[in-house]
This record gives sequence, structure tokens and C-alpha cells, in this order.
Amino acid sequence: MNQPASAYFMEERHDPNETHTLSVLVANEPGVLARVIGLFSGRGYNIESLTVSETESLKHVSRITIVTTGTPMVIQQIKHQLDRMIPVYQVVDMTLTGRSIERELGMVKVKGAGDQRIEAMRLAEVFRARVVDATNESFVFEITGSTSKINQFIDLMRPLGLVEVSRTGVAAIGRGPDGM
Amino acid sequence: MSDDKSHDPNQMTGAAMIVRALADHGVKHIFGYPGGAVLPIYDEIFQQSEVEHILVRHEQGAGHAAEGYARSTGKPGVVLVTSGPGATNMVTPLTDALMDSIPLVCITGQVPTHLIGNDAFQECDTVGITRPCTKHNWLVRDVNDLAKVLHEAFYVATTGRPGPVVVDVPKDVQFATGTYHPPRKTDVHVSYKPRVKGDAAQIRKAVALMAAAKRPVIYTGGGVINSGNEASKLLRELVEVTGFPITSTLMGLGAYPASGKNWLGMLGMHGTYEANMAMHDCDVMLCIGARFDDRITGRTDAFSPGSKKIHIDIDPSSINKNIRVDVPIIGDAGNIIGDLLHVFKAEAKKPKIDPWWFEIGRWRARNSLAYKKNNDVILPQFAIQRLFEATRGHDTYITTEVGQHQMWAAQFFGFEEPHRWMTSGGLGTMGYGLPAALGVQVAHRDSLVIDIAGDASVQMTMQEMSCAVQHELPIKIFILNNQYMGMVRQWQQLLHGNRLSHSYTEAMPDFVKLAEAYGAVGLQALKPDDLDGALQEMIKVKKPVLFDCRVAALENCFPMIPSGKAHNEMLLPAEANDDATAAAFAGGKALV
Ligand SMILES: Cc1ncc(C[n+]2csc(CCOP(=O)(O)OP(=O)(O)O)c2C)c(N)n1
Ligand SMILES: [Mg+2]
Repeated sequence: MNQPASAYFMEERHDPNETHTLSVLVANEPGVLARVIGLFSGRGYNIESLTVSETESLKHVSRITIVTTGTPMVIQQIKHQLDRMIPVYQVVDMTLTGRSIERELGMVKVKGAGDQRIEAMRLAEVFRARVVDATNESFVFEITGSTSKINQFIDLMRPLGLVEVSRTGVAAIGRGPDGM
Repeated sequence: MSDDKSHDPNQMTGAAMIVRALADHGVKHIFGYPGGAVLPIYDEIFQQSEVEHILVRHEQGAGHAAEGYARSTGKPGVVLVTSGPGATNMVTPLTDALMDSIPLVCITGQVPTHLIGNDAFQECDTVGITRPCTKHNWLVRDVNDLAKVLHEAFYVATTGRPGPVVVDVPKDVQFATGTYHPPRKTDVHVSYKPRVKGDAAQIRKAVALMAAAKRPVIYTGGGVINSGNEASKLLRELVEVTGFPITSTLMGLGAYPASGKNWLGMLGMHGTYEANMAMHDCDVMLCIGARFDDRITGRTDAFSPGSKKIHIDIDPSSINKNIRVDVPIIGDAGNIIGDLLHVFKAEAKKPKIDPWWFEIGRWRARNSLAYKKNNDVILPQFAIQRLFEATRGHDTYITTEVGQHQMWAAQFFGFEEPHRWMTSGGLGTMGYGLPAALGVQVAHRDSLVIDIAGDASVQMTMQEMSCAVQHELPIKIFILNNQYMGMVRQWQQLLHGNRLSHSYTEAMPDFVKLAEAYGAVGLQALKPDDLDGALQEMIKVKKPVLFDCRVAALENCFPMIPSGKAHNEMLLPAEANDDATAAAFAGGKALV
């Protein structure tokens, strides 16, 4: 085994990456989001998507939904590292429960005329996207769904005059009667 | 309306609350350095006598002193520093304490609330800067939150996996008057729930593995020390009851006595041959309060390939971080060792492992710590051995700096009890040992406190000699002076073609004169024959001492697991000739 001269063992493992969606319940206090983001940047974890909002204002609880990728060992680390933060109540791996709904909202601006405009409208209907703003030469569509559905819609809009996109990131919740 | 309030003894300023909270948490000593943003607190300190303040010469010194204090007592170390540079100077000790799980409570002053974010004089984003190097931190904006936050800070620092916390208090909050309350249960974050008790089913599984083991080994770390004296006691009993061999990390030395018959010595990069071979060849590994760090495992894909691994740790994030384990048990080390013992005694018998001990005996016979005697120059290993002999029968505490001397101290000084060994393990902070010794001496006024130092490291926090003299703390700084950053030089010899780039310390100070300049005592040993007499002198003097022990300049630290190698590929001193070393360091350039 040859590695460059170093005080560290430098061979990395190459287990395949997985994508997981984590729901994290936190105390809504100053700096809590910075802590969570700092954990990811400090330890070199990936953030594919992150959303946060207060969900129980009386108890000052916020819910952070994080989509991340990593090897199974790294995903486990991420969950443990999150869980041991003082303001974190609970971490649930929505991907492992296999019973979660994941939704994202995107707003997609398309500019065009004539056939392109008609085609954009037609596709929007197929995707159940709503028009939330319109001018003579443009639309803003609002679309909700899974990340891949929104990706697909954006790809279809590209040749039809896509101008810009704004997305919320993924929010997730478990199916059935019980909460986290 | 303020009429009744003015008679309420719990009405006080933020500054007074801080001192009051310290007293309520049984704090007898704090380490600190004043400045504009903490003057109200210093004013309160001046007017009371419950809490003694130790004035350091640099905030980093306060942090390491508090670490030494904490590690030698099991109580939290407390630091008080000003805003801006005072806080940034604390970053190194906070990180050090986080890596080694040392409970610290650091109170920092902050500019007044209305100036935060204004680039005010001596403002810095203390909670932002210290977020990644604390277990938790708080900025207190309202004096009525201060008591709760202070109590919570002590709780978080000392429970679960211990660690450093920072409470940042703006100056206006220190001046403001509010309501104080003594510590109470509801002061704690509802989301913080450290686990103490281990899962019973997992403990049964562990006992079943242990009872069937043919080649077991116990590998312990700093977690056993942190768990308290009871954990070390139970560990000794567990070793007795099972008959298992035991090794430990650098941080865990002293939990099991070095004179114990099952002791294999320290493991890891500079651990003994028998400890590392036992780790490699074992069939059951019981890891308690250690974290499979990269100095321990060597190459992870060849780490102890044939063993079932039981891992006891209070921090779930330590489990399966580097090495996949078979039976994880989350909880407090002492608590779980107690449960293991209980179940083992009830359900298992001491397994017959004579052949395993026979094999270990063969590894021991390689004598991996051997070194060639020398009558002309003091060898560093010899110096530590003589120091160990000289301190026998004394109530001794050892701290170290970082480098070769640290490894030789770990190899050659025998620790019989926990809390006697303070070293910077995770962060490897040069400059740790001298201020840490100060902190230890503050907690143990009549004990013999020795910093085993390197000539380069000790210059990083040398200014604290002035603190030692002021507070009459008779610490002994035993410098293994090889005129080199020895550990850097060793790596340059082994890995960088002997190009000794900036690892030689030119213009070395005259340590004896330096000691005298501080008002301390300077001693020197140049030859092996000088050593014992000078050591006696050092122990006898009731003042701080700088001991300049001139040792062989080019001695290297062995045995050693070269990087990228497995435990069974150790380089032993007898074999560490140029060719073998070159071969062992595949990828390294030609050697001396
Ligand atoms: C603050 C800090 N800077 C740099 C290093 C890297 N380093 C590790 S050991 C060492 C040399 C230590 O020299 P000395 O204190 O003389 O000890 P010796 O190895 O010679 O015993 C250095 C520079 C470190 N550990 N800490
Ligand atoms: Mg040196």
C-alpha cells in the first residue's frame, strides 16, 4: 500500500452514497440554525436541501428538514451528531421509516410567445402547476410535489423560455395518525 | 413598587449573579484575566472571599489551568475573560477541552447589547467563534435569564460527555439588576437528556461474548477517568474477575494501575508491542470510554480484523464513527462496568485463556520499550524513569506538553491512580502542560505537580511562570531539552528525507537564568550522574522550578506504528535501523 508520506492514514473508504431525508425537531432559539449548518460544514457533510420554520409556536419548537447524502456510516454519524446538540429534541430518518411524504414548492418563471407559451400552459396543466402571475409575455407557475417532479417540470420549461426558479426545499412528514 | 424588591436578597446585578452562581455551584477557584467588558464582575470578585481568582498572564493559560484543575479534581474548571481578544485567546483551550471531554465553564464579557454587531471596540462574535469548539454556548441578553443560563451551563458542562461551555455576558447585562434564583431542576434544557444507564439486553450480549472469549482484550480511554473514581475501581474489579489483559489510550492512563499484572501498557502509534498485537489478534475487544481515534487504530481496514467488538460510550456519535462495532452500549462507563460485573459474576465463569497469556508473554519478551544505556548523555527515557523513581512515595500529579517527551512520559512513568495524568490528547496542544500544572497545583496545594515538558512547547506558555510565582504555586517544569522540536524532527527524518526544515530551535533561552528572572528556581542536569541529585533538589524546593534537563538531541520515539500500517506492522526500537525504517515507511523518502 503506497500513500504519500503523512502522519495520517489517507486511504478513504468508498462505500456507495445514499440520500436520506431527516426531520429534526429543535428548540427555536437564537443560533440554532447556525449550529446545525455549522455541523454540516464543519464535518464535511452534504446538504442537498434544508428547510426550517417554527411549527409549534407555543412550545418554541421548529422543524428542520434536511436532505443529505453520504455513506451509511456517515448518515448514522450525522444523525448522532445532530441528536447530541443541546437544543435538538429529536431526529427522525424519514427515509428509513419508509412512510413519509416529501414535498417541495417551486416557482418557475417562463417568458415566451406564441406556440411556446401555449405549450408551457399545456405542460403546466399536466403537472398541476398553477399560474400565480402572468403578463403578455410571461408566466410564473407555482408547482408542488416531489423534488424529482419539480426537476422534471423545470427541464421541460427550459426550451420554452425558462427565466428563473425559486424553490423552498423539501418538507417531510410521516404518514398515519402518529407524530414524531 | 421597588420597595419590597429592594429588600429581596435575590435582587442583584448581573455581575453579582455571576459570582453568586459560582459560589452556589461550589466553585472555589477561577482562572482569569480582566478587561473592559468584565470589570463589573471583577469589582464583585474584589468584594468577596468565597471564590479565589487566579490571575494568569494570557487567557490561553487560564483555559489550560482550568483544564488541569478539572482533570485532577473531577470538578468543572471555571474561566473568566474579557470580550474580543480575551475571548479569542480562549479558542485553543476550549477546543482542547472539547476534544478531551473536559468540563469547563468559561464566562466571557461582551460589549453592551446595543453595540453588538457594530464592530464596537473589543467586540467579536464570541458565540459564533466558539460554537464549533464548545459543547454549547449562550449569549445572555436579559439579566433575568442569567441565573438560569449559568446553572444550565454548569449542568451541560459536567453531565453526559463532559465538555466546555461559554456564557457570553454583555456589559449592560452585568450592570442591570434582576432576579437571581439558586440552581433548580427546571434550569435545564428539556431537549438535553444524557443517558447514564446501559441497555440490559446489550449488556447480556456483551457478557456472553466475554464469557466465550479465547483471546480477549480490554481497551479503555478517558471516558473511564471522566466517569469518576468509582469507574476505575469497578474496572479493576472487572479485570480481576475476568482475568482479561488490559490496555489503554493516552487519555485513559491510571484507570488501571501500571503495576497491575494484567497491564499491557499503552496502545496506539507509540504504544507497546504487546498492547498493539493483542488488539490486532484478539477475538473479543471490550472498549470502554475510548473512541477508536486514528492514533489508536492505524489503518482502519486492517484494525483488529478477527474480533467481535463491544463499545461502551456515553456519546452515541462515538459509536461506529471509525470502526464498526458489534455490541454498542450507550451510557456512563462506571454505571455499565458495574452492570457488566454484576451479570458476569452471576452468569459466567472466568474463561480459560492461558494460551492467550502465553502468546502475550512472547510479545512482552520483545521488550518494545528497550533503549540503549548511555553513560555520557542523558537519554530522555532514562530521565523519565529516574523522575518516576524520585517521585515514588510522593503525592504526584503529572502534566505534559506535546511531542516526544509526552510519549516517553506515557511510556515510562507508571500511573497507579486516575486523575494523576493531564495531557493534551485530542488536540495535541503545545503549551498545555505548564498552565495545566498551575491549575492542578491550585487544586492540590501540597502535592508534587510536575510538567514533563519539551524545550519548544514550554516556550509557548512560559509567561505563566510569573503566575506561579505570584500565587506561590510550586510547580516543577521538567524540560527534556533536546534542542529540537523532536517529534517534528522525527517525522522529517522518517518521512521527509531528513530535511530538518525549521525543527531546530536556535537561540534557546538559558532556562536557569529565565527561572531566576521570574523569581523561580532554575536547575540543570547535563550528565546522567547529575540527574538524581538535581531531581531531589527539585522535589525539595518549595518554589516553582524550571529544570533544564539536557538530553540526547537525536533520540527518537519508538516503538511506532508507521502511518498507513496495521498494528502488527510495528517498528520496534531494536529493528529501527535505517533500512527497516525506510521499508516500513513505504512512500517515504531516503533516510538519514
Ligand atoms: C500549538 C502547536 N503547534 C504545533 C504543533 C506541532 N508539533 C507537535 S510536536 C512539536 C514539537 C515539540 O517540540 P518539543 O516541545 O521540544 O518536544 P520534543 O518533541 O522535542 O520532546 C510540534 C511543533 C503542536 N502540536 N502544537
Ligand atoms: Mg524538544
